[in-house]
Amino acid sequence: MNDDPAYTGQTFKSVGTRPLRPDGVDKVTGRARYGADFTMPGQLAGLVLRSPHAHATIKKIDISKAEALPGVKAVVTSQDLPDVTGGDRELLPILENCMARKKAFYDGHAVAAVAAIDMPTAKAALKLIEVEYKVLKHVTDVDKAVEPKAPVLHKDCFTRGVDPKPEKPSNVAKVSTFGHGDVDAGFEQADVIIERNFRTEQTHQGYIEPHACVASISPDGSGDLWVCTQGHFVFRQQCAQLLGMDVSKLRVTSSEIGGGFGGKTHLWLEPVAMALSRKANRPVKLVMTREEVFRASGPTSATSIDMKIGVTNDGRIVAGDATLRYSSGPWAGSWAMLGAMTAFACYDMENVKTTGMEVLVNRPKTTAYRAPSAPMAAFAVESVLDELAKRIGMDAVEMRIKNAAKEGTQASYGPVYGPIGIGPSLDAAKNHPHMKAKLGKNQGRGMACGFWFNFGGQSCTNLNISMDGSVTLTVGTIDVGGARASLSLCVAEELGIPYEQVKTVIGDTGTLGYNEMTDGSRGTFASSMSAIMSARKAIDEMRHRAAKMWEISPDDVIWEDGHARAAGDTNLPPLSIADIAAAAEKSGGPIAGHTQLVADGAGVSFATHICDVEVDPETGSTRVVRYTVIQDAGKAVHPTYVEGQFQGGAAQGIGWALNEEYVYGEDGRLQNPGFLDYRIPVCSDLPMIDTQILEIPNPNHPYGIRGVGETSIVPPLAAIGNAVSNATGVRMTHVPMSPPRILDALDEASA
Amino acid sequence: MSKTTIKLNVNGQSVEAQAEPRELLIHVLREQLQITGPHIGCETSHCGACTVDIDGKSIKSCTLFAIQAQGSEITTIEGLGNPDKLHVLQEKFKEHHGLQCGYCTPGMITRAHRLLEENPNPTEEDVRFGIAGNLCRCTGYQNIVKAVMAAADELNQPEAVA
Repeated sequence: MNDDPAYTGQTFKSVGTRPLRPDGVDKVTGRARYGADFTMPGQLAGLVLRSPHAHATIKKIDISKAEALPGVKAVVTSQDLPDVTGGDRELLPILENCMARKKAFYDGHAVAAVAAIDMPTAKAALKLIEVEYKVLKHVTDVDKAVEPKAPVLHKDCFTRGVDPKPEKPSNVAKVSTFGHGDVDAGFEQADVIIERNFRTEQTHQGYIEPHACVASISPDGSGDLWVCTQGHFVFRQQCAQLLGMDVSKLRVTSSEIGGGFGGKTHLWLEPVAMALSRKANRPVKLVMTREEVFRASGPTSATSIDMKIGVTNDGRIVAGDATLRYSSGPWAGSWAMLGAMTAFACYDMENVKTTGMEVLVNRPKTTAYRAPSAPMAAFAVESVLDELAKRIGMDAVEMRIKNAAKEGTQASYGPVYGPIGIGPSLDAAKNHPHMKAKLGKNQGRGMACGFWFNFGGQSCTNLNISMDGSVTLTVGTIDVGGARASLSLCVAEELGIPYEQVKTVIGDTGTLGYNEMTDGSRGTFASSMSAIMSARKAIDEMRHRAAKMWEISPDDVIWEDGHARAAGDTNLPPLSIADIAAAAEKSGGPIAGHTQLVADGAGVSFATHICDVEVDPETGSTRVVRYTVIQDAGKAVHPTYVEGQFQGGAAQGIGWALNEEYVYGEDGRLQNPGFLDYRIPVCSDLPMIDTQILEIPNPNHPYGIRGVGETSIVPPLAAIGNAVSNATGVRMTHVPMSPPRILDALDEASA
Repeated sequence: MSKTTIKLNVNGQSVEAQAEPRELLIHVLREQLQITGPHIGCETSHCGACTVDIDGKSIKSCTLFAIQAQGSEITTIEGLGNPDKLHVLQEKFKEHHGLQCGYCTPGMITRAHRLLEENPNPTEEDVRFGIAGNLCRCTGYQNIVKAVMAAADELNQPEAVA
């Protein structure tokens, strides 16, 4: 039973409580060390030179003057990062993105880098690098990029996923289709069909900490990397492969992370820092400026989505058909695929079809942003559903309840659902006081649903019992939102000891086997499963040690409330963990539990959001006046942190819905690479965000846990879009719904 | 470029630093004085992660050349309290989970400290507008607002010692 991950339906003592976070004191006193807070003796300052052009052939780079500048220790170009990927479809674009090779593909694309004794010298050196470009025609718009006359980014890009293979290259890298049934037959049954195009603009994760790392590569081919990342094992694997090193000879240590939201799942400057260090034979620190973060690190996709849904007059969805174009930057991703998979995942549909198109554009390489691709697809689906409900005169919640997926439903993307939370979240929304609250002048209410898969994957943990009986859990997943507290709670639960007795630490890559990243809402789900198994193994070990101490059979030792007890009617007093640990030297040495596993069965996640907005008809300015998040957590390990994920995702969604967007000029340059013109929500923009946690246990996890981090950003675009549409009487189809767009929509409607 | 000697009082201690005229205060604090509590999020005075208190005012230390701070008294998060004796605001941010990643926290607390000095009885709206110059991307600000309000309450108790 030690490694059985099945849900046990147990009641909890520690899990579900709200203790203080172990990293709290460090973070409120300034002691916590982030990516840029680490320094090494002899460290050099690195800087990256970036392309000012959206699309250009690099004819020549002359680094001789920069190299000759006193104080400059290394200058690197793509020649110092030779392609050793063997053409790997995932790795090669990472390398090309970290350092442009024959072409610069976007404004901000790295073309060279320097390492010097100090920052002023590095800055001076950067100006001495001479790059000769041949500027090419560019395309930054997702719809324009698929037009026949659009400039093609890669002459060898022939659309994958279509048969027969196209004869000409294009900017559509891949097409993926999902669904079942017969949508044409379904639309035949429909009483009302609505078909619309929706657009969403590109947004950035907007973590406050810019990317930062220190690399130290030794001439013997080993090295260290200190970095803010969502996945140091993945970074090690990829960096070693890109630099041609043995994976085990690179040690990666993760710093505290100042926000990631998907943007720190990807390599940006780490291989460059390593190449500089290798060439200079000194440690090199590279830190991005905010402008670099915007211009050259992971935004989400801009999208254009054609959405068609048909319903009967009694509110049954009979067919849904969507074509989703997602920009993925200059290289193919799986962003449209994820959009096509998630679009209709909330509903039980007989006839459904989605087609995702990965569109290459001259913008930064798209990266994951919290439930990547799902918010845009949900915006389109949930907006049309709202409009359909209105057309047939049905309540928007009731119509969704009628069509909600349930256990046994075949999802639009293939699998058959187990127990899920979409129905319960809709019931909770229907009964929520927010739904009945009165609205004021110029106010409107909207609601929307959202889905995210949640990931599982490879995890590895060590649990060590110290000589005083306190417990250290070492995990390989980064703590982005309080996971150390949650994992300590799980270990405390399993061992039957107080939370305060457990310390969870993030090990470096030398301490554990491979761990996948903290992404896909997997951190707490996967690492807790592994931690629980590690605790069970440690308990088993302690039972054997107690048996040895008592000279009885291990079968006669039971584990209860943090103590070994001799079964039956004995006079043997129970042994605490401290008692057993104190005798460890004589009973067999250190006590530990180690687990490696693939955490299968991450339970899917659903949410329903309700939102009230007030739209100023004079200015088009929109304010969210009330917001409610209802989401299934499976089991909320630390409810305050679950609520924190709900609130944080909703706040990001509000920013995306109302304000945030990348603005490109005709010249293909990003016009707003800073927090002044790319405005994320400030404190005075937001209301308090109400939360309601539902707990529909995940049968595949011993405590019923599901990931909770991402789904909360999925419904806001649509919930706010529906609220604004209800407030103004005009259907909003373009996100963000910034004041000019709302005024345009109002003007158009009154014209 | 020539460097100027800058004399500062940082967290109650007199210190000297050598800075170029164009060097920002945040870089002197972090790189020369090894005070890394104030963080850099933008260097364009929008995010507030580098907020410090200078002569009784909240200042984004990326907004100021170091030389402009000549002779001033500076308090950073390190000077507000320490792990042995936390400031009430630090205590309340910890207690009310007013942080997730924690990167904005030093600037946020330093700003909130000055806000409560200026307005000891803030409404929720006062707090929301008072810290609107400090960005947090993780929390939706909810628990930050709660923490600041709770700190104000505690500081207003008669027996409270800041």
